[in-house]
Amino acid sequence: MKAICFNFEIHQPFRLKRYRFFDIGKDHYYFDDFLNDDIVSRVAHNSYIPACETLLRMIEQSEGRFRCSIAVSGVALEQFEHYVPQFIELLRKLADTGAVEFVAQPFSYGLASLTDPEEFALQIADTCSILRSRFGVEPKVVRNTELIYDDDLAPQLVALGFKGILTEGAKHILGWKSPDYVYTAASAPKLKLLLRNSKLSDDIAFRFSDTSWSEFPLTADKYMDWIASTPAEEQIVNIFLNMETFGDLHPATTGIFHFLEALPRMAAERGIEFLTPSQAISKIKAVGELSVLHPISSADEARDTSLWLGNRLQNEAFEKLYSLAERIRECDNRAIKRDFQYLQSCDHFFYMNTKRPATFSPYETPFAAFTNYMNVLADFLMRVEEEFPSQVGNEELNSLLLTIRNQGAEIETLNKELASMRKSVEQYNIEHRKREEKAEAPARKTRTCKPRAAKTTEAAAPKKATAKKTTKKETGKAE
Amino acid sequence: MFGWEFPPHILGGLGTASYGLTKGMWECGDMDITFVIPKPHGDEDRSFANIIGTSQVPVAWRDVNRDYVDSRIGKVMEPELYFRLRDHIYADFNYMRTNDIGCIEFSGRYPDNLLEEINNYSITAGVIARTIDFDIIHSHDWLTYPAGIHAKQVTGKPLVVHVHATEYDRSRGKPNPTVYGIERDGMTHADHIITVSNLTRQTVIDHYGIDPAKVTTVHNAVVPLSQDLLDIEMPRATKEKVVTFLGRITMQKGPEYFVEAAAKVLRNCSNVRFVMAGSGDMMDKMIALAAERGIADRFHFPGFQKGRQVYEMLKASDVYIMPSVSEPFGISPLEAMQMGVPSIISKQSGCAEILTNVIKTDYWDIDAMADAIHAIISYPALYKQLREDGLDEVAQITWDKAGRKVIDIYNKVLGR
Repeated sequence: MKAICFNFEIHQPFRLKRYRFFDIGKDHYYFDDFLNDDIVSRVAHNSYIPACETLLRMIEQSEGRFRCSIAVSGVALEQFEHYVPQFIELLRKLADTGAVEFVAQPFSYGLASLTDPEEFALQIADTCSILRSRFGVEPKVVRNTELIYDDDLAPQLVALGFKGILTEGAKHILGWKSPDYVYTAASAPKLKLLLRNSKLSDDIAFRFSDTSWSEFPLTADKYMDWIASTPAEEQIVNIFLNMETFGDLHPATTGIFHFLEALPRMAAERGIEFLTPSQAISKIKAVGELSVLHPISSADEARDTSLWLGNRLQNEAFEKLYSLAERIRECDNRAIKRDFQYLQSCDHFFYMNTKRPATFSPYETPFAAFTNYMNVLADFLMRVEEEFPSQVGNEELNSLLLTIRNQGAEIETLNKELASMRKSVEQYNIEHRKREEKAEAPARKTRTCKPRAAKTTEAAAPKKATAKKTTKKETGKAE
Repeated sequence: MFGWEFPPHILGGLGTASYGLTKGMWECGDMDITFVIPKPHGDEDRSFANIIGTSQVPVAWRDVNRDYVDSRIGKVMEPELYFRLRDHIYADFNYMRTNDIGCIEFSGRYPDNLLEEINNYSITAGVIARTIDFDIIHSHDWLTYPAGIHAKQVTGKPLVVHVHATEYDRSRGKPNPTVYGIERDGMTHADHIITVSNLTRQTVIDHYGIDPAKVTTVHNAVVPLSQDLLDIEMPRATKEKVVTFLGRITMQKGPEYFVEAAAKVLRNCSNVRFVMAGSGDMMDKMIALAAERGIADRFHFPGFQKGRQVYEMLKASDVYIMPSVSEPFGISPLEAMQMGVPSIISKQSGCAEILTNVIKTDYWDIDAMADAIHAIISYPALYKQLREDGLDEVAQITWDKAGRKVIDIYNKVLGR
């Protein structure tokens, strides 16, 4: 029996406001609330809300036979709470049906997995906790930002307790193999991989309303025929889409909601069922291992990470940002932690790409995107610095304090030494005088030369002491 | 082709563009080009075009022998051509001030009696048009439009006018009616109009009332720099960054916006100097403005730069800026890119239409301009990205591509 595994991605970044360099150090709020409100509300009303209402109807009408999964980023959820709280309510209803599985993804929808595993784990945990608190669900499967995945990620996910990950069915990884099977990770055989069927996914995402497409118009009937006609041993078809596909990329007038709603009925006619990722992983046996040496993603033809980290601008911004990660994890300033999350969204790096025009970019050019981001980062860096002076600075300060403290002790001991020397010289003089007095009686002739000798020794002794003192001081400083 | 300037003796961008385009068209092959200028100096590159100076074209018959002509003008014109031209004098111009060989003197510059010189140029064009065999007439900028019209009326050959700039750009919207009249006359008589940018094309359509169907944009290009210029080494202070403006300090170039942006940058950064190289009627005002803003110690006016000095100046710069209020094309940012200097240009410049690896701002948006300057000097990644991708990009902007487009227009006009 064939099955379809749907996943819908919901993400909206906190777009930055125009932030000029002369704002650095003066203005610590970076986000364009008006623009974010505008976009989030618009997309929610055009797409997220009607799409999720459709999903809810599909579940009700199919009596639970229709199942799917949703991935929602933490930054998107926070914006929904601000601007369209009714959508959160809708998501909760979907969660309550039990037919919708929520999968985990980085809170910021960022690229931490490529550079900082600790930050990645933290972000996944943050998302899990917000999903738990809002919808009472416990994610078992991960969908990383833009389906990014490589071998390094698998063992970490197993350690975090996840059973599977959704990723791209990249041709250069699969070769002759089909994405329509369950695979296991070569680096961690416990982790199952579900691979996006890019052809069937993009038929909806990119081509649905393309009138020049030879298959236009795409109907649910035709679509299910295609899935039914795949080889019988291919048991699972993974259709991973952005939720905006419905209603925003393809407006409601194209009939995309009707297409979506008709899918369960057409599937039932052909004996195709729907599975959530967790069900797919537990029900369907894995056919083999898949090794991914370099990170893959769902972007462009290359299916790599060059769309976000492909040029100098992106890499510079990325490195600067993550150089702060460790210090921010150690600080407990909530505003800084929050801004760090928001600044990590991969969208900021996408806007800086020079590969192709950035769709939906608030900036005119990648250079403007970079300049704005770096200005914000410069201010953010100063705040982190203030909150938590850099490690290097601390060490320097400690060593300086140590020398100062040591110097005090050194001077004290030297003074003591000096005092004791003086004492001994005085004692010597006294003894000497006594001896002289004794000698005065037996030998009067020596009287003329002896006191002179005593005088010279007296003068030499303090000199020696000062010389010793200076050398000691020098060594003390050198320490 | 009728032009006013030709390298190496140039006063502005017109000469450079005429030269590049002519050479580019010649490279496309199968072209005989005659280029008419007022006053050749004899050191022009004649390998790809036959250059005729109007100051050597007789308009009044003088009985002179070959040796005399050779000794007088042999440096710039073949005596045979002189005699052929003399055979085609079409009216008695003895009432005009002519010299011993029957020619009118030209300055070849932009003198006060420019209108008279333009008229004289047009008179000699009549002689040239009757002498030389050609298929099409191409006039560069308004100075040569009357000559082009004259040649068209004499021969009936189609006229293409090339708009490098319009009076609207030069005067920020308050055109001199005489110049406007000449421009409009040229455009209405032309069979086709070539503009150097879509911006200029729109000006031609909107302000001169020309049918959009006969106006085509052919963007300018650049000639690759010689190794000698690329190898220029300039001593520079490593700690301080240099932001440079190069051009005429006139209303059209928007110098005051540069001064204001500099003042903004200097309020936050101290390791940067600004240079406004060039001369013009607004220079004194700009010096006063810089002083008023209290940045005169970091804002420098080295004066007019020519030839190699321009490239030395660029080599010593970290940022090139062209805040022009209205720039038909603006070739200088391309030259800066060739020297590896990241550029900031105004969106109101024609070259903004074809350049990607530059920062574009509105000329009046001094905040954005200051931000862009700050970004290039503070974020090394941006500097490197613009520099390297800019070098690649500008290497692709070549005159033979522009020349090919012009030839296509010729073919269309000639109905081939």
